[in-house]
Amino acid sequence: MEPVRIDAKGLHYTPLNQQIRKAVSEGATDIIVDNVLGQRFIADGLKGEVTIRINGVPGGDLGMFMNGPTCIVKGNCDHAPGNTMDSGKLVIHGSAGDAVAHSMRGGKVFVRDDIGYRGGIHMKEYGEGHKPILIIGDNACSFLGEYIAGGVIIALGRSGKVFGGRGVGSGIHGGEIILRGELKERQLGVGAKITEFTEEDLEKIRPYIEEFCEYFGIDPEKYLDTKYTKIVAASSRPFAGKYVWE
Amino acid sequence: MSLGSVPLKYRIQIDRQQCMQCMRCVDNCSYGVFREEDDGNILIDSRKCTACHRCISMCPRDAINLSERPVDYRSHPLWTPEAREDVINQSRSGRIVLAGMGNAKDYPIIYDRLVLDACQVTNPSIDPLREPMELRTYLGQKPSKLDIRKQENGDFELNTKLSPNLELQTPIMIGHMSYGAISLNAQLSLAKAAAKTGTYMGTGEGGLHKDIYPYQDNMIVQVASGRFGVDINYLERGAAIEIKIGQGAKPGIGGHLPGEKVCTDVSCTRMIPAGSDAISPAPHHDIYSIEDLAQLVRGLKEATEWKKPVFVKIAAVHNVAAVAAGIARSSADAVVIDGFRGGTGASPKVFRDNVGIPIEAAVASVDQKLNDQGIRNKVSVIASGGIRNSADIAKSIALGADAVYIGTAALISMGCRVCGNCYRGLCPWGIATQREDLVSRLDPEVESEHVANLINSWTLELSELMGAAGINSIESLRGNRSRLRGYMLDEGTLDVLQVKPVGA
Ligand code: SF4
Ligand code: SF4
Repeated sequence: MEPVRIDAKGLHYTPLNQQIRKAVSEGATDIIVDNVLGQRFIADGLKGEVTIRINGVPGGDLGMFMNGPTCIVKGNCDHAPGNTMDSGKLVIHGSAGDAVAHSMRGGKVFVRDDIGYRGGIHMKEYGEGHKPILIIGDNACSFLGEYIAGGVIIALGRSGKVFGGRGVGSGIHGGEIILRGELKERQLGVGAKITEFTEEDLEKIRPYIEEFCEYFGIDPEKYLDTKYTKIVAASSRPFAGKYVWE
Repeated sequence: MSLGSVPLKYRIQIDRQQCMQCMRCVDNCSYGVFREEDDGNILIDSRKCTACHRCISMCPRDAINLSERPVDYRSHPLWTPEAREDVINQSRSGRIVLAGMGNAKDYPIIYDRLVLDACQVTNPSIDPLREPMELRTYLGQKPSKLDIRKQENGDFELNTKLSPNLELQTPIMIGHMSYGAISLNAQLSLAKAAAKTGTYMGTGEGGLHKDIYPYQDNMIVQVASGRFGVDINYLERGAAIEIKIGQGAKPGIGGHLPGEKVCTDVSCTRMIPAGSDAISPAPHHDIYSIEDLAQLVRGLKEATEWKKPVFVKIAAVHNVAAVAAGIARSSADAVVIDGFRGGTGASPKVFRDNVGIPIEAAVASVDQKLNDQGIRNKVSVIASGGIRNSADIAKSIALGADAVYIGTAALISMGCRVCGNCYRGLCPWGIATQREDLVSRLDPEVESEHVANLINSWTLELSELMGAAGINSIESLRGNRSRLRGYMLDEGTLDVLQVKPVGA
């Protein structure tokens, strides 16, 4: 089947999504959306096995509650792509705003360049096959992985800039945050701790890095070593000692 | 320990003449008050008692007596025993005191200082036995005007696009109590009752367990900051979606289910790792303004193709009317206001007892503000937090609510004795616990009947109250403050409520 082409020029997000849903229901597996300019909620709540190529800059909450599809964005993204996404993939050829992958439960988000504040906040994994992955090509701002309860966040720091954010992993009670390069203790949030990044860890994240590099035409070799800092939860019960009974 | 322990709160006694040593009290008390000794005697440790009343209800001989135990502190009007005991408790632990089940301070109850109207001689009351009483309630946005056109064939056509509304057979709904906080049997009982009475209940932020799926048409699914249990299927199953911003028992702080309660089943339903704390902090980290709230409201609507109403729940706090007016402009369909008497399984005591405002004042000021701004039709108002009877409901509606949520009252109808120990996970009534032996004490068939009975009887009483006031439709009671008078309320409060004093 030929890819379905949708022109988003001047289109509000609801009719745009309606066109996408209609194409999916008619069996489209490849959809190209041109002239995207700030439309929010693209593929919001969308289910199915479909690849959506987005040419332009989508607005907030791209792929929110999405379950299955792949969105490839040729451009930057506004805030919260992958918000509460269940499964599927977002591949962003550019940077993204704040709260990327907020509460993501599964699936993968690949951002070629930078992301804003609170990336990966509340990401959670559970049961079999619900493990969210967020890979950032370059850098993230502060409060990366706040309240994360599962899944993996990786920041490759491709430009070589030192990670300057603070509050990393505040309230973390599960999952892993893996940053290329060093991180100072004072950059950690409450409840987070730095632990050794081992060869075994590298093997675990290798497929994600390779997949990332494949999408963006990058040689993965440079990123397949152990020059990472791994941040995990000091406890899965960060508030266990906070309360006393009446 | 130099501080010593605080005196016990309750004393349990067994009338040994009556007791037949059946040991039901021993089996029933999950707090371990009773112990069978070798000689068949029952040893009592009153210190462990929470006044849950399980033993008393189960004793076939009515042999158990429970009394509050006044302690002989030196009496002092400021340093009450409770104030002193909290200081002792915190001096020992260095922690935040957790408490359950509703504000326990002696604030005046505004409901009890409002009286309803009834018709006499000059205007007729309505007899609900022979006149139809309309209690059906629709929650959601209402158009400001209808565009109706007559077609050539004489038929009428409605051109206004109506927003999705929830249809309730009674203005009484069951508030959000999550699986995890309460047991699955407790949720099932409530869900069955909601279905039986043609109303709705909230899932709380614990997700939707598959055993509740048969009742999904009567469920309002909640989205809190931690997004527990939220995926597209969950959103699609709910009859409506509710964004939780705050709750009356703990405004400004989030939810926190301790890891011990996160068993495999709870973990799957909430979509979180088993055994880890379920943390949903107060702020939604994608909401920092009304515009951001609007973004989430629209995101939820877009995901469900604009077919479901979206509610926003906030705690009643000082500027609640302004906040509600913002919510009305966020495309939300209803605003839920939870007053400071709201119950919960666990709240820091200092919040439960000191933060927020009464629901009566909050509802009145919200209704007034929305009316003043000409946007009352844009959003329904749901009142909750400490509603104890049908009169409270009638008064809430007369103050401006469209419907109410009940919480603790529904639990009481299933056995809860408001012992306030829900956070310990040992609820002897099988309500606020995940311990299987305790959960199995609660029979959803039987308890759903009790909850449904409560809703039905309150609905009957509501129609009687309305009939007495000469009102045959709930719509005419809504915001009808002329049907209320304030008794022993100060001028300032009367002004906020927009209610006249008695005799006026
Ligand atoms: S339940 Fe009543 S009769 Fe039975 S052992 Fe306890 S006190 Fe005695
Ligand atoms: S639910 Fe159970 S533990 Fe909580 S107050 Fe009621 S009886 Fe006590």
